[in-house]
Amino acid sequence: MNTMKEDTIAAIATPFGTSGTGKVRMSGPEAIKIGNKIFQASSNMKLTEAQSHTAHHGYVVDPKTNKTIDEVLAILMINPRSFTGENVVEFDCHGGMVPLESVLELLLDNGARMAEPGEFSRRAFMNGKLDMAQAEAIIDVINSKTEKSLSIAMEQLKGGLSDKVNNIKDKVVTLLAHLEASIDFPEDEIEGFDSSQLNERLNEVEKPLKDLIKTSKQGKLYQEGIKTVIAGKPNVGKSSLLNYLLQENRAIVTDIPGTTRDVIEEYINLDGIPLKIIDTAGVRESDDVVEQIGVKKTRTSLEKADLVLMMLDVSQGLTEEDIKVYNLIKKQPTIVVINKTDLDKKVDIDKMQKKFKEHPLLLISVKEEEGLEELKNTILEEILQEKINTDNEVLVTKVRHRDALIRALESLQKVKVSLDDGMPYDFLTIDLKDVLFNLSSITGETVTEDIIDQIFSDFCLGK
Amino acid sequence: MEKEYKYNRVFEKEYDVIVIGAGHAGCEASLAPARMGLDVLTMTVNLDHVAFMPCNPSIGGPGKGHIVREIDALGGEMARNMDETMIQIRMLNTTKGPAVHGLRGQADKKKYHLRMKQILEDQPNLDLKQEIAEVLVEENGVIKGVITKTGILFKAKKVVITTGTFLKGKVIIGEATFNAGPNQQYPANKLSESLNELGFELRRFKTGTPPRINKRSIDFSKMHEQEGEKDLTFSFDSPPYERDQVSCYLTYTNDKTHEIIHENKMRTPLFSGIIEGVGPRYCPSIEDKVVRFPEKGRHQLFLEPEGELTAEYYISGLSTSLPEDVQYDILSTIPGLENAEIMRPGYAIEYDCFDPNDLKLSLETKKIKGLFSAGQINGTSGYEEAAGQGLIAGINAALSLKSQEPLILDRSQAYIGVLIDELVTKGTEEPYRMMTSRAEYRLILRQDNADLRLKEIGHNLGLISDKRYQKFLDKKKDIEQTLEFLRNYQVTPTPENREQLKSLDSGALKKPVKLAKLLKRPEVDYDDLRFFAPELPEVSQEVKDQVSIQTKYKGYIDRQMSQVEQFKKMEDKLIPQDIEYDSLENLRLEAREKLKKIKPRSLGQASRISGVSPADISVLMIYIEQQEREKKDGTK
Repeated sequence: MNTMKEDTIAAIATPFGTSGTGKVRMSGPEAIKIGNKIFQASSNMKLTEAQSHTAHHGYVVDPKTNKTIDEVLAILMINPRSFTGENVVEFDCHGGMVPLESVLELLLDNGARMAEPGEFSRRAFMNGKLDMAQAEAIIDVINSKTEKSLSIAMEQLKGGLSDKVNNIKDKVVTLLAHLEASIDFPEDEIEGFDSSQLNERLNEVEKPLKDLIKTSKQGKLYQEGIKTVIAGKPNVGKSSLLNYLLQENRAIVTDIPGTTRDVIEEYINLDGIPLKIIDTAGVRESDDVVEQIGVKKTRTSLEKADLVLMMLDVSQGLTEEDIKVYNLIKKQPTIVVINKTDLDKKVDIDKMQKKFKEHPLLLISVKEEEGLEELKNTILEEILQEKINTDNEVLVTKVRHRDALIRALESLQKVKVSLDDGMPYDFLTIDLKDVLFNLSSITGETVTEDIIDQIFSDFCLGK
Repeated sequence: MEKEYKYNRVFEKEYDVIVIGAGHAGCEASLAPARMGLDVLTMTVNLDHVAFMPCNPSIGGPGKGHIVREIDALGGEMARNMDETMIQIRMLNTTKGPAVHGLRGQADKKKYHLRMKQILEDQPNLDLKQEIAEVLVEENGVIKGVITKTGILFKAKKVVITTGTFLKGKVIIGEATFNAGPNQQYPANKLSESLNELGFELRRFKTGTPPRINKRSIDFSKMHEQEGEKDLTFSFDSPPYERDQVSCYLTYTNDKTHEIIHENKMRTPLFSGIIEGVGPRYCPSIEDKVVRFPEKGRHQLFLEPEGELTAEYYISGLSTSLPEDVQYDILSTIPGLENAEIMRPGYAIEYDCFDPNDLKLSLETKKIKGLFSAGQINGTSGYEEAAGQGLIAGINAALSLKSQEPLILDRSQAYIGVLIDELVTKGTEEPYRMMTSRAEYRLILRQDNADLRLKEIGHNLGLISDKRYQKFLDKKKDIEQTLEFLRNYQVTPTPENREQLKSLDSGALKKPVKLAKLLKRPEVDYDDLRFFAPELPEVSQEVKDQVSIQTKYKGYIDRQMSQVEQFKKMEDKLIPQDIEYDSLENLRLEAREKLKKIKPRSLGQASRISGVSPADISVLMIYIEQQEREKKDGTK
């Protein structure tokens, strides 16, 4: 249990759901130091040098990648003059869960711990910041938040995450039980491991753990929607494809090139994965001012795309304009879609396959609804970079889970370091228990008895 | 509500402490208060069984050996009694890390008993009597004394009950059963009833032993010999152990053995339903092992001599309650035991014991003030676990007489602390045995540093003499000074030093480093350092070991120490003992019931109760804070 640790905690302080702005709050002795690590003020002032009760405009930037996460207002309160009586930094971010969770994640990665339900209020009370009348109210808050976060947690555990975590946990418990049994029953016949066997067992834990963490990126995509841009020269059938995917006539479709003059964004749900489909204007040079703006926007959205559907017209062959579009997008994950197979073929498919050999290539006809199912599957495969079966795939979407998984992985890597250093069993178990502890914080079960039960079910021990 | 008690006479002397039972718990529970200057009476069913070992003739192993060292550091007797009488000693687990090294010694059962009896007999303030305790006398929930089978009322201010497996003891050998304590001794049936009348709910546990056989019928040439090791002792204060040691022997069961067991499965009392008690998982009978692990082709057996003045050998690993005729059949299949003569058949024993949830961390019962309990009656198994509790119960009986705070060792201080915390907080569903995996701060709770952890406490209690304590302080000073030297002494990469490192198979030195850093290297020992630092302090092996462990594993130790710091914060938040859990409406029902039953001492202990959630702890925490503020406001 984490209560009463004097460490630094962080959480999203505004209610779940989308709103105009949201707040991420951090409290504890290291709050200002951690905040400073991820915040760049427009004034270039350091948070560590700022006065108490001041607000600073700037950006949350990931110190590892230098990537800007959000434009924020950082508010600083130095102890004891804060709600909790500790150092507090608050980030007012753009609303919506994505920026809030990204900022929170960054805080956790840089040394903060996820706050427990009601922990801010409890710290406030313990530091004498609230009077007795408020104490009762806080208990209610703690209780209701606990219930709520429990139900949210239960919700999150649906879809097999707990199965995946439990599978990994079982492996750790089995390994730990083996090590512990040989420690506690040295006179019984328990086969030990050599270091390569141990390494193998650790890898069996590490791989699924890493895979699960990897899905947290995908999990993020889930929430945000995968930016899928349909690109191609005018009148190649982009809007028709979008409409097909939407199953309704949202964009205007004509035979006149350049009808879609602006970028159109629509969300669709492809087997449970939200796609944000962006239909673009063409990219041809034009004197038309309106169309020029459209082209510019197209370029911008192409650069930000998670996936590009590059459309060609089978009846037109590969034109110079097609090549121009392709040059813009060839670095992005791309699927080449050759449309209008219902018309006469003017392109040599073999040649095309050679030309676009780095990308999947599909022949479709939106009009005849041919090849569209295959296209959907290819989109999914491309996004998740592996054959995807959405029934079995588990995505880690919550910051809390991701945080616990990353901590588990870090502990596991410490076990590996100890093993490499030739440390005896006892030292391996120390971090291995931390792996287990972190995994258990996701599924909410205790572990000590697990290990002991496992020892006795796996080994015939004792006199 | 005064009760009527029947007795023939009141014994003229009123004792401070009466200890019922003189097993491993009883002996420690008696010696501690006597050494603290109180008048103690120890009563036992049979004076020839003081500190008797009804099960195997050995003490120690990982976890258990740690407890023995802790008992020694606190001023108990078990370690020294072992050093004086043992016939073999080894250090187990030497390759698995310093924290799990475990001393294991072969006892000479008779000598162990005789020497301990003598210690009790010679102890000032301690009376040792052969008496059968039958009735506990209480008045308004406070213990007053004990009435014996022969009608004497012994009055006492505190009573420690350490009856082991004697409460309604029942011995089972196949179809045959006897009402008896271990080794066919007189069971304590009436005392069990007296405890029931006092409102204790008793439970039924079971344990077992293997047959003992005559040495002359064993063919040791078919077995693997296991010898003892030099220079080891249990006590920090014993002189070096230099005598010739006696060996143990290893042999194995086989398919033939297992076949016989399967054929006779229906005759085992466990299957036929004669046994009702719950047995320990770590101490299974051979029939249990064969049935539960059919894939195991053989089970290891370990032959231990019961002593030097007897031919009896104990077959560790062959614990059984099968009928005696089947025991013969089994033995005949085992290499080296084909012609074994059984001297005592193996048996199972069932007995009554407490639900340890009824105890406080001081080992005083919650129901009767002044009544303490320790050992197997509390649901544990093992001599060491019993002795550790006996020591604490004895100390706390004494401290409560002196109106002092009880000695409560926490989970970061001692295995004894882990043991009592788990019993009292979580209870136990089987006879509880200590294992190092139960301790979350295992690296801190090493057997080599038990004195550093506890000797000051033992000295403060008056259980460690000034002379012994001074010796310890000298050692502690040596450790500190040597560590200081290692931290400050610089080694430069001279050609000689480089050459020397090479010869030690150690990596090259590029820039000057402190000596401590060199010692961190796994291949470098303390004595290797002398080459690089001729002024290296000349210290005892004990100090060298301590310094090496603290240096080599510093990173891991520091990490655990910081966890301990966090842990202590919760342990230090005490819950007022007059707290009314029913008035705390925000506690969940399950938590409230558990808290009412267990009455945890601290928030830390409360958080370890299953069914008490972090939210419940928050509620408690705020309530306690509220109370404290009210008190403060009231005094203004």
